[in-house]
Formats: sequence, C-alpha cells, structure tokens
Amino acid sequence: MTRSTIELVPTVEDHRIARHAAAAIVLTVAEAVIPLPLPGVKPGLANIVTLIVLARWGWREAVWVALLRVFAGSLLLGQFLAPSFFLSLSGAVASLLMLGVAMHLPARWFGPVSHSILAAFAHIGAQLMVARLWLVPHDGVFYLAPVFAAAAVVFGLVNGLVAARLLAELQADDPGGPATA
Amino acid sequence: MRARLAAWRRLLRPGDVLVVLAGMGVCVHAALLLWRGGAPDGAVVRAGGKVFAELDLSRRQIVEVPGPLGTTRIEVEPGRARVVADPGPRQYCVRQGWLSRAGAVAICAPNQVSLTLTGRGADYDALNY
Repeated sequence: MTRSTIELVPTVEDHRIARHAAAAIVLTVAEAVIPLPLPGVKPGLANIVTLIVLARWGWREAVWVALLRVFAGSLLLGQFLAPSFFLSLSGAVASLLMLGVAMHLPARWFGPVSHSILAAFAHIGAQLMVARLWLVPHDGVFYLAPVFAAAAVVFGLVNGLVAARLLAELQADDPGGPATA
Repeated sequence: MRARLAAWRRLLRPGDVLVVLAGMGVCVHAALLLWRGGAPDGAVVRAGGKVFAELDLSRRQIVEVPGPLGTTRIEVEPGRARVVADPGPRQYCVRQGWLSRAGAVAICAPNQVSLTLTGRGADYDALNY
C-alpha cells in the first residue's frame, strides 16, 4: 500500500467542533423520533449545542457545528436534498445570522434565552419564506405563522434556559475555561 | 420545587424577560392579524344586476339606491351594514338587520337591490338568513 503523501492534521479546534457537532447530531436524530402534531413544529434541541458553542467558542465555531449538524443529520435521517433539508438549512442559516447580531447585545441584559428566542424567530421566518416562495406558493402557509411563533417562544425559552444552565455548570466545573458571556 | 423554579429563574436576565414578552406579543399580533376569518372589508351594492356602489366599511354613511319600486336606503357603520328601508312588500332584506360577516347578503328582490359584504378569508361564498 502506498502511503498517502497528504496528511491532514486535525487541530484542537477541529476536534472540538467534531465533538460538539456529534452531540448536536445525536439530539437531531433523537428528536426525529418524537411524534409531533404539526410538520415544522420541533423543539430544536440541537440548537442548545449551538448556543453553548456560541457562548464559549464564538460565532465561527457555532456556524461549523450548526451546518455540520444540518448536513449530517439529514443524511442520517434520509432527508438529504429533500424539501425538509432545505427548510432546515434555510432556518439554520437565518438563525446563525441572527445569532451573529444577537451575540453583540449587552451580556448583562441579554443571555442565552434571548439568543435562543431571537434565533428561533429567524428560523421560522426563513422557513416560512422558503415554504411560501418554493414549496407552497400560496398565502395559506402564513395561516400557520402564529402557531410557529408560539412554538418559537416556548421552545426558544426552554432551549435557552437549558443552554444557560449547562453554561453555568460548565463554568463552575472549569473556572479557568473560556468566558461564558 | 419552588427552589428549583427559582434556580431556573435566576438564569433569566432582565432583557431575556423583555424578549419573551416581545415574542408573545408577536404571537398575539400574528394571530389577530392572520386569523381574522370572516371579518368584512367592504360592501357591494347592486341594483338591477349592475354594481351600483362599492362601499368602504370603515366610516358611517347612508346610500340611497333607486329601483323600479322606489328608493332602498342602505346604512353603513364601521364593520357592518344593513338595509334600513325598502319599498318591497315583505321587507325580508330589512328584517335581516345588520350584516357583519364576509359573504353575508341581503337581497331586496322586488326592488332589484342587493347588499353583499366582501372580505378575504370569507368562510362561505354567500350567507343568507
């Protein structure tokens, strides 16, 4: 066997991204098992991981983790390039952009809960736009908008609280670690 | 139980509470805006089969419509409309009273006048009583 001349050396950062993405993918797959009454209304538990990575390691790593999760999660669930893949991709991109803005809000006042809810609204906003423009070209999709908005508030709050709790515990375990702003 | 709830509440920062409240506000606003089924947005008056007037339901007004028997008087108030007086013998359209849902119709057949409420998201094509 010829030895490869190209050697890829993963950095510490790569390992960290892979570990977080793996946790997010597990949550995505676990969540797919939960039966839900309405298509599109999901707790989005994987976003807890995104929020934690955002707070501890910054926006760039959060983007990596979230997008890896969308791609690998859809491959595992057999939805890669299906409509639901594009819905979750558009939602993930929009919420990452929103997080990029929201993370600069004063940390004294706005914590992971705010980030989570704002990202959830960006998520449903982008999904509704994609659904309206491409999947269901009719204004009827907006009829469900209040339901999605309510889900964004409830699940955004819950995910944000869980992320805040985990961040507090991570901080307590490792006081010398990265800032958990 | 109480102590546990308090522990969770400590994770909320002041701005977070504002964001939650704003999110709930968006929900309520969206529901009121998008689930306003059946609310009329205008009225159409026809005489002799032709459109005589298209009325806006936002302000109070009285319209007099001429027909073969005489004049039918139609009154509009914000969000509703009715036939006040009609020269027809049986007065069915007058006795229908106020119309307030999209699709509702009052027909004064003898005088060939009709009043229809229009609106997006009407539950029915036509409503009659």
